[in-house]
Amino acid sequence: MRVKQISIFLENKKGRLLEALKALGREKINIRALSIADTLDFGILRLIVADPDKAKLVLEQSNFTVKENDVIAMAVKDQPGGLADVLSTLSNAGINVEYIYAFADKQENDAVVVLRTENIDEGIKVLKKAGVHMLSAKEIYSL
Amino acid sequence: MSLIWNKKAECLLPIEKDQLQLERLQHIVKYACEKVPYYKKAFDKAGVKPSDIKSLKDIEKLPFTSKAELRDAYPFGMFAAPMEEIVEIHTSSGTTGKPVVMGYTTADIELWSEVMARSLSMAGCTKADIVQNAYGYGLFTGGLGVHYGARKIGANVIPISAGNTKRQLEIMRDFGTTILTCTPSYALFLAESAKDDKIDLKSLKLRSGVFGAEMWTEKMREEIEKRLHISATNIYGLTEIIGPGVAQECEVKNGLHLQEDLFYPEIVSPENLSVLSEGEKGELVLTTLTREGTPMIRFRTKDITSLHRGECKCGRTSIKMDRITGRSDDMLKIRGVIVFPSSIEKALLEIKGLEPHYKIIITRPHQLDEIEVQVEASEILFSDEIRHMEETKKNIENHIEKSVGLKLKVTLVEPKTLPRSEGKAKRVFDQRELK
Repeated sequence: MRVKQISIFLENKKGRLLEALKALGREKINIRALSIADTLDFGILRLIVADPDKAKLVLEQSNFTVKENDVIAMAVKDQPGGLADVLSTLSNAGINVEYIYAFADKQENDAVVVLRTENIDEGIKVLKKAGVHMLSAKEIYSL
Repeated sequence: MSLIWNKKAECLLPIEKDQLQLERLQHIVKYACEKVPYYKKAFDKAGVKPSDIKSLKDIEKLPFTSKAELRDAYPFGMFAAPMEEIVEIHTSSGTTGKPVVMGYTTADIELWSEVMARSLSMAGCTKADIVQNAYGYGLFTGGLGVHYGARKIGANVIPISAGNTKRQLEIMRDFGTTILTCTPSYALFLAESAKDDKIDLKSLKLRSGVFGAEMWTEKMREEIEKRLHISATNIYGLTEIIGPGVAQECEVKNGLHLQEDLFYPEIVSPENLSVLSEGEKGELVLTTLTREGTPMIRFRTKDITSLHRGECKCGRTSIKMDRITGRSDDMLKIRGVIVFPSSIEKALLEIKGLEPHYKIIITRPHQLDEIEVQVEASEILFSDEIRHMEETKKNIENHIEKSVGLKLKVTLVEPKTLPRSEGKAKRVFDQRELK
């Protein structure tokens, strides 16, 4: 399902990631999932948090450039080939994945996968049709 | 239409202007030669006497004066008036070496007040206005120049000087400031800070601004006008000549009226110093026609511009100069290509969503010049996808390359990390000499 993600622009400078995380920590905002994309001179920190609106505000107050956008969240069987199955569904439908990150959930036997396709609705439609277990915002934030 | 402060002086007929300029030129050349040993020596060396000046064109026989000579004369070598006649001293912001020291007699202060009164009037200032003067007061001429002009008009001047942004905004709101005077980069900084301080600029009484003391662009004017909800005009001047007020834009905003009854302008080629004709772009050379304290004969300003004569809708007949597009000594030579930082700025500001703050860094890592432009990643430029970010960078690089003819590297940095200047913005860092 559609879940809100926040992305933060990180200049390639010592301590910037730490500062962003500290700012969230101070406001008791828990991070559910995280990934960093990095290039030679900058990085993009992507986060799934319990309260994205508040997180955006907190980070902006610390002078970070922040964007909020939607991504797809789903549960995938925590077993060999689990993610590959999901991706081949998308591939067969001709849908490109822009980026993806995942984390394993200790309580359930599932891995939580966050992914971004160019057209989110299209991605969700295809995945649903293939019977993939989609996660709602509520489900993912309460993990 | 704003009021013309001195109709007689600002609307001279060409023939009157020529006559007045020639009389004054003949007088100042003689005066400088008699009173300042430097000029006597320089004229002798060039084989020219004051009596050789029979027409305005004869000015070309006189030698140029440059900043180096003024530095050599430190501190008072260029003073033509005796010390007891000097009532004020200013120095130009010397970034390298000794500052240049200029002396003002009572008549010079009066001249300065006059040209500043003319300038502020062009920006619509009247007795009824409240002028918040955020130019620095002190040895820098910006602060006192505006002060004298506003006082001459009889406006209410708030001598707040530069800096203390929070206070500037509060005073602007609480005192009902109508005219702001400061550097254009500080005007943008004020606008940005107002947003942070939750001050609604639209609700203020501010309606006009006179900005100068650094190079800026048409695009920056648009930004300032839009963000501060005012009319922004450009002022030009330099300590060596008098301070601000040498030239100023009227409400037509297509060039700055140069006070040519008091300052004689020429445009020369920065390469061979030959005098260029009207409309041609080159270095501005100015001669003070009436200044007593430190008369300047053919002073090389290093500022790149062009002059245009013609009728102006405002009614003034004085010659107009274009906004300064570069400095002949800021001129960068990168991989053999001549580049003015201002043209990079101009290209940058044409890109939507780009904040008007930037830093240009030139290095020579492997015997080859490299130029990096740092810009702030605003929310509009930022994306969660690397691909889009790389595209944005490429677009900026391509845009600059297309308009400046130079391949360079753009780096995105975090917002509000590039230096905002409260005086003259330092944006170019040439690190090539360090090697």
